[in-house]
Amino acid sequence: MADYPLIDVRHLNKIYDNEGVITQVLFDINLKIKSGEFVSIMGPSGSGKSTLMHILGLLDRPTSGEYFFNGHNINELSDNQLANLRNQSIGFVFQSFNLLPRTTVLDNVKLPLLYSRDKRKMDERAREVLENIGLGHRLYYLSNQISGGEKQRVAIARALVNNPQVIFADEPTGNLDSKSGIQVMQILQALNDKGTTIILVTHETFTAEHAQRIVKIYDGRLVSDEPVVNRRIAKENEFLK
Amino acid sequence: MSNKVRSFLTMLGIVIGVAAVIIIISIGNGAQSLILDQLKSFGKDLVIVLPGNSDEGPPSEAMGITITTLKYNDAEALSKPNNVANVKAVVAYYQTSANVIWRGNSYETAINGVTANYFDVEDSSIDKGRFFTNEEVNSAAHVAVLGSVVVDELFGDVDPIGQRLRIKNQTVEVIGVLKSRGKVGMQDYDDQILVPVVFAQKMIAGVDYLSSIRVKLVPNADADRAVLEIEETLREQHNILKKEDDDFSVHSFQDVLDTITRITNTINYFLATMAGLSLVVGGIGIMNIMLVSVTERTREIGLRKAIGATNGQILRQFLLESVCLTLIGGSIGIISGILISYLAAVVAHLLRYQWDFVISIPALLIAVLISIAIGIIFGLYPARRASNLEPVDALRYE
Repeated sequence: MADYPLIDVRHLNKIYDNEGVITQVLFDINLKIKSGEFVSIMGPSGSGKSTLMHILGLLDRPTSGEYFFNGHNINELSDNQLANLRNQSIGFVFQSFNLLPRTTVLDNVKLPLLYSRDKRKMDERAREVLENIGLGHRLYYLSNQISGGEKQRVAIARALVNNPQVIFADEPTGNLDSKSGIQVMQILQALNDKGTTIILVTHETFTAEHAQRIVKIYDGRLVSDEPVVNRRIAKENEFLK
Repeated sequence: MSNKVRSFLTMLGIVIGVAAVIIIISIGNGAQSLILDQLKSFGKDLVIVLPGNSDEGPPSEAMGITITTLKYNDAEALSKPNNVANVKAVVAYYQTSANVIWRGNSYETAINGVTANYFDVEDSSIDKGRFFTNEEVNSAAHVAVLGSVVVDELFGDVDPIGQRLRIKNQTVEVIGVLKSRGKVGMQDYDDQILVPVVFAQKMIAGVDYLSSIRVKLVPNADADRAVLEIEETLREQHNILKKEDDDFSVHSFQDVLDTITRITNTINYFLATMAGLSLVVGGIGIMNIMLVSVTERTREIGLRKAIGATNGQILRQFLLESVCLTLIGGSIGIISGILISYLAAVVAHLLRYQWDFVISIPALLIAVLISIAIGIIFGLYPARRASNLEPVDALRYE
């Protein structure tokens, strides 16, 4: 394992300039996350937690400060290099799934492989991930023909298909019933047990407590960063082999 | 489903534009071939002499003026080998029209007075009976050879050979029927009566001039030299000293062909350009709908970027989509254009025109290339809009 943290943020600020209206969203954030951790970023809506996740996920750039992802100073990387890092090292799971409509489950999961340099055996790799997540029987369903819980599992499979180092999950249970939500948390914990770093963004304490560590954001400032004392373990899962 | 309807409606502009271009090029070529092909097949080595100086502006007949300067003895002079070399035949024409009557049936048709060697310059032949002889021409014999339309109109099922017709106040005997030939250009060769030229001049019209003279040269003779020799012979005949004073004009058939080709080409290009303009309108439609599509799919674009698509990959995806739209539209346009051109050819054949169904392969290739070009040109702006979206903004888009 590398001797530097997977995520290393120093004095990060984010300021939006919307046609002259200047809004500072993040103030002097310092944060380190080691490879293999399971971290929740918590905060009320409007606190800046999503903006932080977008910057950590290389979807956005800081206005000032430094961010080292896996040893790369992202201020020195081009947009295409960031796209490549997102493709190879990062998986995203969104609250609203963001599956392509009128497209099969298999093709949705294959999507990151289309943008990857390694285009060998795309069908096999996508199918394998889907089978591992318990959706082997839904390969050729259209994404709008399956339930919400299944949609989120497809989204997780899509995030996993390139074997990323870290998965960013932005309110992954927000649109799900509690049973499906528990399934999703089970999958994320199982993935973490196998060594994948998980960064979970949520405003619910219950969900956040599935992590090992909770980082709280309030009004754009990092207000607390503490380990979870009584970590919640999602119940024994039958969806992940 | 609504997307399919929308895509189809979007493509319609391209479909119509490409079809219009194909149809106009095909029908233009067909019309051109209709005019040119038959003229070419028989018109080679042909020189036409018309009364009046061609440099004097519009043809005099168009102004209702008859020029009477061309005479039968001019035609005789042109047939003499020491005047004009390499002449195969000289045919004198006097053209008029008249009402013809047989047993109470009457029919208005073209009366063409010609010489006995008519078939040397016309792509025609006798179907029944015989043609008139030199002696009959010189003696202004009361004989006639009928086109098939005239036979049908006047005689129906009766054999016309040997029957007597009235043309104006003259009685003529039908001695032959022409083989049906159809329309060439605007002229219907089946709707005419051929009579000896001297008979037409003296007995029917009461004139002593000719409408035209056609000189057929031996194959591959030097037409330019023949034109000069014909001009000199006629100046001598007419006592003219300077070319400016000519009261006749001589056209080698190649000149006529070149002129007609030039005119029809110009018309074709003009029409094709007008049709091409509709392609631009179609392209704007494509751009419009691609912009709508980019807006609708903002979140999809955000997601694709989140999972690693580069700006270039997004640009290519949207360009490919617009090119697919225009290419499919172009293909449908090509197919419908060919079908409609084919129908036009079928209708033209039914109307007894000798119409070639021409689909030019270069035109098809150009249509395909234009479709692709429109897809790229009008897809570029929407595709750039898509590729320049910030991933975060795109993902947040509601």
